[in-house]
Amino acid sequence: MDFLSNNIYYIGAFGLIFIGLFIILVKHNLIKVIIGISILETGVNLFLIAVGYISKGTAPIFSRPGLNAKNMVDPVPQALVLTAIVIGVAVLALALSLAIRLYKHYGTLDLRKIKEQRW
Amino acid sequence: MRKIIGIILLIIICWGIILALYKIPFGIPKTKVGEYYIDKGREETGAANVVTSVVLNYRGFDTLGEVTVLFIAAIGLGAALATLKKKEKRKIEPSSLILRTGCRFLFPLILLFGAYIFIHGHLTPGGGFQGGAIIASAFILVYLGCRGRRISEVSSKTTESLGGLIFVIIGLVGLAVGGHYFLSNFLPKGELNTLFSAGIIPIIYIAIGFKVGSELAGVIDNLMEES
Repeated sequence: MDFLSNNIYYIGAFGLIFIGLFIILVKHNLIKVIIGISILETGVNLFLIAVGYISKGTAPIFSRPGLNAKNMVDPVPQALVLTAIVIGVAVLALALSLAIRLYKHYGTLDLRKIKEQRW
Repeated sequence: MRKIIGIILLIIICWGIILALYKIPFGIPKTKVGEYYIDKGREETGAANVVTSVVLNYRGFDTLGEVTVLFIAAIGLGAALATLKKKEKRKIEPSSLILRTGCRFLFPLILLFGAYIFIHGHLTPGGGFQGGAIIASAFILVYLGCRGRRISEVSSKTTESLGGLIFVIIGLVGLAVGGHYFLSNFLPKGELNTLFSAGIIPIIYIAIGFKVGSELAGVIDNLMEES
């Protein structure tokens, strides 16, 4: 129980990552695969934020005097995730546009019926 | 069969991750780099928000690369959808009066909020990327609510290019005037926690805000035209 409450953010983040990976590996519908990529990405972002957290920390912003710099969480993972989220949106849009192209070309989104996409 | 292979792969990956993370407990004090940024970031960059000073000052070059990735993704989306033949115009059912009035009322407010977010990026949580996303959400509202309205492609492309140009030009000016590196902070730092502080950071964030907002609005425009 102690292990669970200490590592709950890691467990949640990796839960999301594994759900995303499982969807990518197993599902046949291309839209569902793209949703899986999105979930995977959310999990990775959550994991990066959790790595930078320190116990009872505050946001790394000196918005008022008297904030203790020792209590602030690590700003580097937050800066990484800030940009990763925007990149994620762009990648999602690009993937959806390619899915539209595939649908127009083959008339289906089922990966089993598209010869070049089967594995 | 696929499911079994997937589960086996996941178990292998899970085992590796547990082995790797076993040594990193949750909630321990941060890295040396993060500590340095928190201790020195205020004097060196003048921004109250340490994350902003990392994104735009210490790692400004990475942010330029990241903006480029976003730009390339938007171009790629346009290129992937542009070659499709345009269908004949669908009949668009006009939306109701309440929806149209509500959109018209909310649109400037959302724009204002987005602008607030990216102008205050060095003081509060927020910044160019978040503000740009909020501005793009205002355009989604217009596209879904007042159907039939479109943003002009020329103005969105112009805004986008101007934003990117301002970013690069400020970086080059910093290289020439300030220090010996790209994107050095050559403007006066000002007083901490005031709007006119932190040198070039607010200017770059405003440029990024316009760029990301127009880019995401262009992406939405491309996708809506297609569907």
